[in-house]
Amino acid sequence: MSSLTITNVRKSYGAVEVLKGVTIEAKPGEFVALVGPSGCGKSTLLAMIAGLESITGGEIRIGDRIVNSVPPKDRDIAMVFQSYALYPTMTVRENMAFGMESRGTPKAEQSASIARVAALLQIEPLLNRKPGQLSGGQRQRVAMGRALVRDPKLFLFDEPLSNLDAKLRVDMRTEIKKLHQTIAKTTVYVTHDQVEAMTLASRIVVMHKGEVQHFDEPDAVYNRPANIFVAGFMGSPSMNFIPAEIVEAGGKLRASFPTAKGDPALLALIDGSGVSAGQKVILGIRPEHLSRRTPETASRPGMAGLAAPVVLVEPTGAETMAVLKIGSKEITGRFDPNDAPRQGEVMELNVDMTRACLFDPATERLIRRAM
Amino acid sequence: MADLTAVDFDAGAVAASRRHLINRVVIYGILSIFAAVYVIPLLVVILNSFRDLQEISKNGLIAFPQSFRISAWGEAWGTYCIGGTCEGMQHYFWNSVEMVVPATLISTALGTVNGYVLSKWRFPGSEILFTCMLLGVFMPGQIALLPWAYTLGKLGLANSIYGLILVHCVQGISFTTLFCRNYYVNIPDDLIKAARIDGAGFWRIFRKIVLPLSPPILIVTVIWQFTGIWNEYLFGVVLNSGTKQPITAALVALSTNGTNVRVYDVMSAAVLIGALPPLLVYFFGGKYFVRGLTAGAIK
Repeated sequence: MSSLTITNVRKSYGAVEVLKGVTIEAKPGEFVALVGPSGCGKSTLLAMIAGLESITGGEIRIGDRIVNSVPPKDRDIAMVFQSYALYPTMTVRENMAFGMESRGTPKAEQSASIARVAALLQIEPLLNRKPGQLSGGQRQRVAMGRALVRDPKLFLFDEPLSNLDAKLRVDMRTEIKKLHQTIAKTTVYVTHDQVEAMTLASRIVVMHKGEVQHFDEPDAVYNRPANIFVAGFMGSPSMNFIPAEIVEAGGKLRASFPTAKGDPALLALIDGSGVSAGQKVILGIRPEHLSRRTPETASRPGMAGLAAPVVLVEPTGAETMAVLKIGSKEITGRFDPNDAPRQGEVMELNVDMTRACLFDPATERLIRRAM
Repeated sequence: MADLTAVDFDAGAVAASRRHLINRVVIYGILSIFAAVYVIPLLVVILNSFRDLQEISKNGLIAFPQSFRISAWGEAWGTYCIGGTCEGMQHYFWNSVEMVVPATLISTALGTVNGYVLSKWRFPGSEILFTCMLLGVFMPGQIALLPWAYTLGKLGLANSIYGLILVHCVQGISFTTLFCRNYYVNIPDDLIKAARIDGAGFWRIFRKIVLPLSPPILIVTVIWQFTGIWNEYLFGVVLNSGTKQPITAALVALSTNGTNVRVYDVMSAAVLIGALPPLLVYFFGGKYFVRGLTAGAIK
């Protein structure tokens, strides 16, 4: 049994179709992240799960109950908003008690729940303050506390960390993960930050233009992206896409594309199934799968060689990004600072073909991993 | 060698500071003139209310007082004869109070609920409805005079304080709705959504979330309605007559009082009695009024 089942859900505003048949489900205790660029429909989908937006078509079940026309208060959900939506005229304690009061929970039970959650989130000293007297991080905690006190079936998070500064965001991300491991409640988490989705989720829904592009575990979404959009959206810097042609050379199928010098690169595919000579493909290589080619690294299995001039070098401290020229295209590589190229150098590159992806240029879908 | 510790004479700086001084003098001079334009009439009326009538007749309306007495106030309040009854202004003053207090409270209450619905519970056609209500803001009151006379007659409320309360409630709803709706639009929708998920309904959200955020706009609306209805004259004089008139209408009756003797002292006191409530409201609520009008988003 799933704790949340969304079947072919559609949403239209007049003639504009915002969601075009979304189907996902979440197992009990699962952490599902909805990720995508702004306007992809992820927040609309969350609002529909919460009951704040009507459903144009399809079906949403929470547990085994169809909730299409159930009002938000009867769905047994709790939600954390991007703006936190703390009631400004109430103290933290009153904010947390509001939902229980609305439902007629006995006072003693309310106090016990607030005490339990306040201890869990370490917000006891804040209970008598108003939201205006709290810092951003504290408001974030209180917003989570307000969601936690009611012990709902389903937690909904709508970009809860995007109003925090970068450092606090990373800390709170860790806390949310810990918290989820402690309480193990089914959670749907909307974010535009693919790193948040990767780190938190047990499964990721990548959305684009109102459609689910890929719904799978983080590792699969990252390493076997369903299409070019998913491949480009997940990971930063983005995956490099190189238009190439499959050729047969030396008894092996190879991906061929022009290099800066003019003579074509011929990268041997690990496994030639699914493609044939003469076929046009898009070769996808993540920046971290490029490295400096040395006699030692070149002998590793699955490595292909390529020479490319270095256009630009961007050190970030932990790693160094380099922009390299291939034919008329530029690609990005991610290198260890000790091993980083210098600007102007023509770099001998090792391409880890075991991790490369091939996409169909017409459908933009993954043909398969190149291995 | 030049003495470096001496401050050099800087002709430019001195000229600049002199220009600055002249600017200040001009600005404050002009402001003072305009302040006087507003304050002097009030001052004349206040002084005349304490002067002897004979002294006013002799020295003219605008003159420095030679005498001081408060009997005109007593007469204006309690004994002066207006339209055949000799009870002064007090009866009409209480008429106005009886009219303005319920009308202000009811129109403000309706405005808050309207504003709440039109900003937070929009429904198909709610924008059109709001636009229609806005027309009331721009429509001059005299257009509604005849329809009101007819309606009040049919309702049996002709020439009664209740009739005027009804008129001012309805006429005022446009303004109160506009004020509240525009204020509530700035309350983040997420608050309402959070409260809905928390299990609160329409009225609970209104009472617990929206109303506690409302004092700034409630003060603005109450002051606006109170002063507007208190000072309103046309409906009071046309729809009501005799002892049912509000104080603004009675003031006119006082000035057209048959006899040719102009009782400037009593009239001054009566005018001040009529002006006192709105003045007091501005005096005590003015700073909230300005603050409320400029209050922006609620963070």
